[in-house]
Amino acid sequence: MAKAFVLEPGVRAGPSGGMGAAVIDAASLETRELNDRLRELMLSGARRVQISNVCGQRYIGTRLYTPERLKMEIEVLGTAGNDLAAFLSGHKITVHGNAQDGVGNTMDSGEVIVRGRAGDVLGFSMRGGEIYIRDGCGYRAALHMKEYQEKRPVLVVGGGCQDFLGEYMAGGVVIVLDLEGEIHDASFIGTGMHGGVIYLRGIVEGSQVGDQVDISPAEEADMEVLEVYVSRFLERFPEVEMTKEEILASPFTRLTPRSKRPYGGLYAY
Amino acid sequence: MRSFVFPEFSIIRDEERCGSCRGCERQCAFGVHTYDPVTDRLTSDEQKCAGCQRCAIFCPEKAIVVRPSPSFYRPNASWSREKIEDLKRQAETGGVLLTGCGSDKPFRIYWDHIVLNASQVTNPSIDPLREPMELRTFLGRKPDMLDIRAEDGDVEIRTEISPNLTVETPILFSAMSYGAISYNAFRSLATAACRSGTYFNTGEGGLPREMRDEFGRCAIVQVASGRFGIDAEYLNCAQAVEIKVGQGAKPGIGGHLPGEKVSLAVAETRMIPQGTDAISPAPHHDIYSIEDLSTLITALKEVTNYEKPISVKIAAVHNFAAIASGIVRAGADIIAIDGLRGGTGAAPKAIRDNVGIPTELAISSLDRRLREEGIRNQCSIIAAGGIRCSSDVVKAIALGADAVYIGSAALIAMGCTLCQKCYTGKCNWGICTQDPRLSGRLNVEIASTRLSNLISAWSHEIREMLGGMGINALESLRGNRDHLRGVGLYEWELDVLGIKGAGE
Repeated sequence: MAKAFVLEPGVRAGPSGGMGAAVIDAASLETRELNDRLRELMLSGARRVQISNVCGQRYIGTRLYTPERLKMEIEVLGTAGNDLAAFLSGHKITVHGNAQDGVGNTMDSGEVIVRGRAGDVLGFSMRGGEIYIRDGCGYRAALHMKEYQEKRPVLVVGGGCQDFLGEYMAGGVVIVLDLEGEIHDASFIGTGMHGGVIYLRGIVEGSQVGDQVDISPAEEADMEVLEVYVSRFLERFPEVEMTKEEILASPFTRLTPRSKRPYGGLYAY
Repeated sequence: MRSFVFPEFSIIRDEERCGSCRGCERQCAFGVHTYDPVTDRLTSDEQKCAGCQRCAIFCPEKAIVVRPSPSFYRPNASWSREKIEDLKRQAETGGVLLTGCGSDKPFRIYWDHIVLNASQVTNPSIDPLREPMELRTFLGRKPDMLDIRAEDGDVEIRTEISPNLTVETPILFSAMSYGAISYNAFRSLATAACRSGTYFNTGEGGLPREMRDEFGRCAIVQVASGRFGIDAEYLNCAQAVEIKVGQGAKPGIGGHLPGEKVSLAVAETRMIPQGTDAISPAPHHDIYSIEDLSTLITALKEVTNYEKPISVKIAAVHNFAAIASGIVRAGADIIAIDGLRGGTGAAPKAIRDNVGIPTELAISSLDRRLREEGIRNQCSIIAAGGIRCSSDVVKAIALGADAVYIGSAALIAMGCTLCQKCYTGKCNWGICTQDPRLSGRLNVEIASTRLSNLISAWSHEIREMLGGMGINALESLRGNRDHLRGVGLYEWELDVLGIKGAGE
């Protein structure tokens, strides 16, 4: 049974140092106004921004593409709304709180860290970058994630996932640590999967995964990958009260596609 | 297993004309023609023939005729030859029947039952050779009202104007993805669009990086359920972004670009590994409601800094007008509506020939619905699916469209003969293939000239028809059903189209 991980009472995991960071108070800002400010700050040269009092404002990070590929580090205090980091192009976003649906939708590059949980459709069609979620997430995570050449997206979820995890997955790495120690009970995992790999800490039954998926125990090469990303996960969430060794001591299940052409034989020709 | 299906076509070679040059053998990727060195003659395996006419058109001696096979099963009104042969193919393979191009079934073509008006004596017709005729069209959201202030001769528009696409003639190239069509075909469409003041639509296969600078200014980029080739640069280099929800040829289902078509360059553009199936799921799995659609529309507006109109393309199906109303309210600036006869590179035949409603009826229903709700100004309508000539364009606009998409018509301009074998990847015309030997047959300069010629010819004809009606701006024709009359239509059809019968 995994240890529970909680923040110490009265201590808020805050942004790491405010030196030089621009500040936006989102308390009275609508989504579009907030993203206007963010873009203005980026164009005026700010490279670090802290947004406080975020309460469901959407698309944070989405409007930050420039042909020059300017990059920012953004700290979000509060609850990030839908489509956090959608189409994200190279920025780093840390949310001190929960995130709603659609985190990292069609994300291209960059990093998203959520010190809390994420809603449904997490990492949908993500094609690059890394997402770390400290707690669990909702339904349809990592749907149709894909990879190409050097772009290989990574999604690490500290808690559990719901149904349809990795459906139509075409590339990338998904790691579900299930640190809350609940028995993993999602269904339809990896239906239509034709690329990439999913690692689940613990055991998954054949009835929980799609027909297109092979289940096998993680091997040595897999453990090397897991070690890298579990380390990174723990670096980002020091409040998690488990060590890398404790996490990696559990058995891991590897899910891979049986074919990169799951529906090749469907047609009469 | 021995196939019990007849050859579809007979190939007749005039042995006296044939010079045994073996041109037909080289032209045919299906492997129909073979040279026999012993007799110095060419023979044909008719079973393999797609009926694309490449060999017949390119035979220097005009020695080949390809025509439908005269073989027949005992005539039967219920069991047509097509039904029997489709069934046999499925018995032999156990698979879903695939086909390409738009439906060839004899659904009523309403364009051919609608006639246009012309001026006589009063309200005289306008001579387009002498008078300016305005075909320029703006696609996108229009404000409910304009707050205009004039001070000391300076005019200021205070209303925030939404971004609009400016198109010089109301004809755009429909979404055809690189991967479904060849690079040369894709580039020809882009070249012609830029030259003719209109737009091409990338489809869901991405836009090759080296084309973004040059052709972004006349590109509409698509975001479909597979989300292939999408990054912020792709979305920002274009002039508009289109969310593809549905396609007239295959409403309600997704698409599988087979792995063998995912060449290195296609893989790079779609940003997926070479040789994997490019699977577009049936729905967008982040859109299960109008609210979800609104989220994606706004996400696309955010990523493009509110500088580009967002289009949503749906297939015309029952009750689609109510859904379209929701789409407008979700923030779409353009609705593209694709009807029953819309084309495709590959679709299950059962879907293509049985799902959806005709474009003509759809345009009228949609325009009426949005007008009734007072939101017609909030979006433009692009009609697609079965537009064959300039008069179809004029009728579509009079029924309520702002502009049209042409797909099949553009492919025909480049050489397509609608043989419906697009899904095989063996297109002898170099259009629907990733085989470099075949795609090299399509010369970008020539093909784009053919496309520009088509746009130019249709635009002239549209001006002639407008002038004949006494109208000098396309704007005045939009939704102007008084200029249409129906011939040979039932009362309900006239009602849906919103037009009177001829003579009324």
